[in-house]
Amino acid sequence: MIDLSATCPIPISDYPHITLAHGGGGRLTQMLIEQMFVPAFANAALETLHDGAILDVSGARLAFSTDSFVVHPIFFPGGDIGSLAVHGTVNDLAMCGARPLALSSALILEEGLPMSDLWRIVQSMQNAARAVGVPIVTGDTKVVDRGKGDGVFINTAGIGIIPAHARVAPTRAQVGDVILINGAIAEHGIAIMSVREGLEFETQLRSDSAPLHDIVARVLDVAGEHVHVLRDPTRGGVASVLNEIAAQARVGIRLNEAQIPLADAVRGACEILGFDPLYVANEGKFIAIVAREVAEQVLATLRAHPLGRDAAIIGEVVAEHPGKVYLRSRIGGLRVVDMLSGEQLPRIC
Amino acid sequence: MKYIDEYRNEADAQKVLAVIRRTVTRPWTIMEICGGQTHNLIKFGIDRLLPEQITLVHGPGCPVCVTPLELIDKAMAIARRPDVIFTSFGDMLRVPGSRDDLLSVKARGGDVRMVYSPLDAVKLAQKHPDKQVVFFAVGFETTAPGNAMAVWQAKQLGLQNFSILCSHVLVPPAMEAILSSPMNRVQGFLAAGHVCTVMGYWEYEPIAAKYRVPIVVTGFEPLDLLQGILMTVQQLEGGRAQVENQYTRAVRREGNVAAQKLIAQVFEVTDRKWRGIGEIPRSGYRLRDEFAAFDAEKRFDIGALSVQESPLCIAGEILQGLKKPPACVAFGKACTPEHPLGAPMVSPEGACAAYFQYHSETVGQ
Repeated sequence: MIDLSATCPIPISDYPHITLAHGGGGRLTQMLIEQMFVPAFANAALETLHDGAILDVSGARLAFSTDSFVVHPIFFPGGDIGSLAVHGTVNDLAMCGARPLALSSALILEEGLPMSDLWRIVQSMQNAARAVGVPIVTGDTKVVDRGKGDGVFINTAGIGIIPAHARVAPTRAQVGDVILINGAIAEHGIAIMSVREGLEFETQLRSDSAPLHDIVARVLDVAGEHVHVLRDPTRGGVASVLNEIAAQARVGIRLNEAQIPLADAVRGACEILGFDPLYVANEGKFIAIVAREVAEQVLATLRAHPLGRDAAIIGEVVAEHPGKVYLRSRIGGLRVVDMLSGEQLPRIC
Repeated sequence: MKYIDEYRNEADAQKVLAVIRRTVTRPWTIMEICGGQTHNLIKFGIDRLLPEQITLVHGPGCPVCVTPLELIDKAMAIARRPDVIFTSFGDMLRVPGSRDDLLSVKARGGDVRMVYSPLDAVKLAQKHPDKQVVFFAVGFETTAPGNAMAVWQAKQLGLQNFSILCSHVLVPPAMEAILSSPMNRVQGFLAAGHVCTVMGYWEYEPIAAKYRVPIVVTGFEPLDLLQGILMTVQQLEGGRAQVENQYTRAVRREGNVAAQKLIAQVFEVTDRKWRGIGEIPRSGYRLRDEFAAFDAEKRFDIGALSVQESPLCIAGEILQGLKKPPACVAFGKACTPEHPLGAPMVSPEGACAAYFQYHSETVGQ
């Protein structure tokens, strides 16, 4: 029966319209998910709020995930919307501990998109899927009127199979765990920002877009169920995903700013724009929260992989301040790293 | 990274902190003028590393925070017009007016664009001759040369479709307003390094002498801030009241003379209303009559707007250093970065936003 009394759970008086911040990965995105989508679609697989759903299918554990790509510009240093759409969903599956099996691809094209651009994107998807070793097995194409889309939007979905030794979930973060990352942060967001806004820096900034299934599989091979949480810090960056994990697992997280890998060029760009790199998007990075006894082994495994050469231990899970992330600054001061509210906006001076 | 790492060195920071601890013998209240300084003091945890006797209060140097509500409402009225491309620095877009903000205007179809330089707005005007391009020219002396240059260039180019909505403010009159208030508790100032890069620091010398208050021109990196605090405390403890320059790598006494000339060519000093504080005589810039054609308030007849500030917001007291954000009943409850009641909660440089973001244990106290 339809519930006729159902009213919109997001107070319309506060947000009568969707703003860009609702898609920013921060507090407003979280509000949409928690107050509107999860209650509306309520089910156990959704409620884990992981990067993908984990489904038990006659004894096998399948991971199922979907992601839409609206990046502008569609071609950028280090990738394009096509490779990003493949990597994004492959990475969401990898964050469930899964080996990707198959992808779908749905294209929403704007009238007037040059055919040569579409062909470049399709070739890029093909190359990315081939490199990962995962087929694109089904798809869909729609065209919208000129002015109703931004050239091309892509949705990909994927399924993967989770090996028996993988048991990752955000709620498994435990006091004493060690937090690692496979390399330097904020590269994707700053690369996109620099081309989108026509900012010129001495060094060209490249997106870190890359498939993480292989490096994750190696970590799971050496550390198995001691790998407690995997998460790729895309929109909203490292700060947002760690806040989500701290809230879901009801633990405190302590970061050490000096240990967080950050390339000089990206750091310089962030300084100029007034951005905190902790909130800037990544597309080829993941956070691993592992039991302390395997931390060094996981670090060595990460560093032995081409996508993990700059891997580092960046923090730990603590009993204090549950639900909150703290950072020890470079000069030894302590501060809260909160969820991003809205979008990061460059400051006046 | 050069020019950053040496100013964020933990061992050096600890050394300066040790000297500060040895120097302080009694309580002192020091105001940092600039919102960028407030942000870094809290972001790097400096406020919690200082000895208890030192109280830092946060000054009015957040351009977003002090821009009057009427002007933000005017900006939105202009931005809603279909013939207008409204351009602004990023952090102005989220500042609440009486009802909503520029981002909401954008969400409802207004052509609102973020730019990184007012000169980008001039380029937009050249590119879109069929549109009126308006730049929201707010800020202290720091952004004045860039804004003056944009207007000057637009005039050289003969652009008929470029104008600025101007709300420039000046630091020294605001300092005098704070110092001459009977409720003043500020005993020393960290002057804003970037403002002084443009204006120099000669204009602070009469203020230091008149009010017997030490003023130290200070940079923005953690070690700059610590050294600036140390120099201020040394003056206070020694009974001195002088203008000193900590930020010697960027600031000269006379400032950037070429920039000052350009400012003087395009702008003239005027009385200006500050959000939360009120009108301060001779505390801002307006366009000179020769450049009146580039004044958006004259180009677009918006008429009189009636504006309504939230009765809960104590931004005025925050911006004058009379209260700290957690002392506000709305802080973290009715007023959050998602639902700011006042500008200091919006701008990343606003004191309330800095406390909310980095001191979240104070929220709800």
